[in-house]
Amino acid sequence: MVNYHKSLDRTFSALADPTRRAILARLEREQCVSVSELARPFAIKLPAVMKHLDVLNDAGLVTRTKSGRTVTVRIEAGPMRGATEWLRRYERFWSTRLDRLTAYAERKEASLRGGGK
Amino acid sequence: MTSMTLVRRIAARPSVVFEALITPDGIRQWWGPDDGPVILAESDARVGGRFRVRFRMRDNTKHECSGEYLVVDPPDRVVMSWRWHGDADDTGVSRLEITLRAIAEGAELTLTHSRLRDETIGESHAQGWASALDRLVAIFKQE
Repeated sequence: MVNYHKSLDRTFSALADPTRRAILARLEREQCVSVSELARPFAIKLPAVMKHLDVLNDAGLVTRTKSGRTVTVRIEAGPMRGATEWLRRYERFWSTRLDRLTAYAERKEASLRGGGK
Repeated sequence: MTSMTLVRRIAARPSVVFEALITPDGIRQWWGPDDGPVILAESDARVGGRFRVRFRMRDNTKHECSGEYLVVDPPDRVVMSWRWHGDADDTGVSRLEITLRAIAEGAELTLTHSRLRDETIGESHAQGWASALDRLVAIFKQE
């Protein structure tokens, strides 16, 4: 459980940065992109992009493969699924409660009406 | 992404629903996530007032959450800060917003629990994050 939370924290903090989100959004469109291609649209230097990729890599959100001189980056679905699943737990939590709230409020409304008020 | 929203249509007028949301008696009726009892319900529903709810679940685990009312606008809207207590539960301060809209059959309730994990970053970041992640989630669903 602790590890689960740690890995979620890594996922969420990796996603908290706009540059990293932009990188992921691009990888989501193009599947697999070289590091230098990835760096091109950003007004930051390649080493800064590499740092962002390190964070994404540590969070398991991307993988890098080297072939000759080119490093290509690919998006990984697993951690994102973990993050989505975590959010779904909140959804289930509230969904059950709202079912009960609905039942309670509707009973109350019916009794107000039944009482002719 | 660190926020979630649920919408419900309820066959009761907004004022009835609103009262169930903010009064201790109301909270006792619906707060437990399963059939376990609500052990404690405190609620001082005015801006700056606090709420505290403790409940036991069927598996016998006890949980507590509390927070502060940030907006209390009956019967339309209530906003509160939210925190879980206990080591396993505590994920920092989040924000719960519930709005009610009168509709023909009663009330439409919209519940948004946000900043679930990102209390340190600004709201605009959280929103940008949300849209980025929504797209990613959509992609994974296609698989």
